[in-house]
Amino acid sequence: MTATLSPVDQPGDPTPTLVAADLRPQAGWRLLKSRIMIGLMGLSFAVILVPIVLVIGTVVSKGGGIVVREFPKWFTTDIPVRGRAVGPGMKPAIIGTLVITFLASALAIPLGILGAVYLNEYGKQSRPAKVVRFLSNVMTGVPSIVMGLFIYVIFTLRFALSGLGGALALACLMLPVVIRSTEEMLRLVPEHLREASYALGTRKSRTILTVVLPSALPGTVSGCLLAIARAAGETAPLFFTIGIVTKPNWNPFSGSNTALPFQIFRNATSIYAGSKERAWGAAFTLVAITFLFTVFARVVTSAYQKRR
Amino acid sequence: MINPIEAQLHAGGGRADRSFRNVCYAAGAVVLGVLGLITVTMIGRSTKALDWMGLDFFTARRWNPPQQIYGILSFIWGTVYTSTIALVLAVPVSLGIALFITQVAPTWLRKLMVYVIDLLAVIPSVVIGLWGVLVLAPNILGFYSWLSDTFDGWPILGSIFGDNPQGRSFFTASIVLAVMITPIIVSLSREVIETTPQFEKEAALALGATKWEMIRGAVIPHSKGGLVGAVMLGLGRAMGETIAVTLTIGSALGQITLNALASGNSMPAVITSEWGEADTLKKSALIGMAMTLFVITIIVNTVATAVVQRSQVKTRGAL
Repeated sequence: MTATLSPVDQPGDPTPTLVAADLRPQAGWRLLKSRIMIGLMGLSFAVILVPIVLVIGTVVSKGGGIVVREFPKWFTTDIPVRGRAVGPGMKPAIIGTLVITFLASALAIPLGILGAVYLNEYGKQSRPAKVVRFLSNVMTGVPSIVMGLFIYVIFTLRFALSGLGGALALACLMLPVVIRSTEEMLRLVPEHLREASYALGTRKSRTILTVVLPSALPGTVSGCLLAIARAAGETAPLFFTIGIVTKPNWNPFSGSNTALPFQIFRNATSIYAGSKERAWGAAFTLVAITFLFTVFARVVTSAYQKRR
Repeated sequence: MINPIEAQLHAGGGRADRSFRNVCYAAGAVVLGVLGLITVTMIGRSTKALDWMGLDFFTARRWNPPQQIYGILSFIWGTVYTSTIALVLAVPVSLGIALFITQVAPTWLRKLMVYVIDLLAVIPSVVIGLWGVLVLAPNILGFYSWLSDTFDGWPILGSIFGDNPQGRSFFTASIVLAVMITPIIVSLSREVIETTPQFEKEAALALGATKWEMIRGAVIPHSKGGLVGAVMLGLGRAMGETIAVTLTIGSALGQITLNALASGNSMPAVITSEWGEADTLKKSALIGMAMTLFVITIIVNTVATAVVQRSQVKTRGAL
């Protein structure tokens, strides 16, 4: 190694690099320890790659199989009533997932953005705002099954199993995520933009709606898209609230519904090969949907960063 | 400062302005409302089972619905045990990845690694559970037998890797949980680690520290509090995870054992698997279990959030 060379050995060629090389730490074991630890860090990344590759690989090979083989029928036929049946059909679950997730987003995103506006524009560091901020962080950690049971008790027991119940449970899960990501984006909006707007005599609400929110919009959109992607994959909140159907139900306000995560769960525990295959197909469809949302969020974010 | 001027400008200001402000205040209050309502409804709905069982609800391990005996101790154990093993598996790996991404990897590799970890974060837990039950559980049984035979008779490892290994077991559920919480811990610890001031790291290097010594001497002491918080948020997530655990834990009742290779059950898993045929009292018991879970995760998350916020304040103070 260069560390063994020194200018004394080669007096004719005292280049700066050699001098620098001479100053490198001589203590071999310290360097070795450092390299071992860095090697272990690299190894831990390799460790997590194993489940990532295995999960995605199995989902694509098993689930992609049935989705591609049964291409249009997978998306256009109903779920077979009997688990024993072999073959396609996830249309009701795909529709259910889209309808329920859309409704949950329609409830949680405006509310979450307004909540974040309260925290960053009105409450700031006041005591109530600090309490809301803290509780919103705590709410992020409420288990999804508790949200499901909560909506079951206050909504489903009084009305009926419906897509709306599932949407309410998902909205409760999304709300703190939306608040948090939006508040972070609002904090990035420079103060002088607000001041410029006030200087023109604009009222605070108008300033927020026409200056602050638009300049925080792209980051907010990507945060919301990630929240939607996460909500689309939740199973437990839907377990108690939406019931089950095998025919498509476009109306979230009446009648039972179904969703992709729920179909994965139900079919995974089935003993029939046809059901298991449908579980893999549903998993592939669900991963594809969440992946599309994530990619879209990433595109929005990078477009935003370029513009800045 | 803008506030006094602003207040004067808008003194007696328009109705639209005030109603918009009120809407925002209301939206902020929704968070309080939802959390309060959850607490009230969960307590209200579980009193029936709690009255019926008394304190035995928490301390008895027998769960026998036909005889109306509802003790949830074994499920609390299942939740705590699987989450603990998941942390033991996930924490070293997550911290290793976070340190590698922030301190070692060149920029192009860093971007790629962050992308891969984010990819894992968006895979729904039910999909990981599906893989756990249909692929992992049947194929890992050979490895479990080997573990069981190898550590037979060892002091502690002998009881953890005990006899009669099952494919669907505490350990399989823990592996699935570890896979799920790793991206969470990685991204939270990355944020914390990145707040280490550059000059502290350079100071360590200038004193002749190797890269590892720089990490131990400058990065880790600086971010210790935040890292603890990140791990605890991961723990909270692991405890509340329902579907993936339901699929992989094996649904065995009354199991309070150190044997990680045995089938067991956890609180969320029991709630989902027994909800369907439950009568009023049993539903009340299941909601009582959800309340217990809620309280435990709230405590874990509150402490974690407080720890993270305190370390953030400390960090800002240092800068």
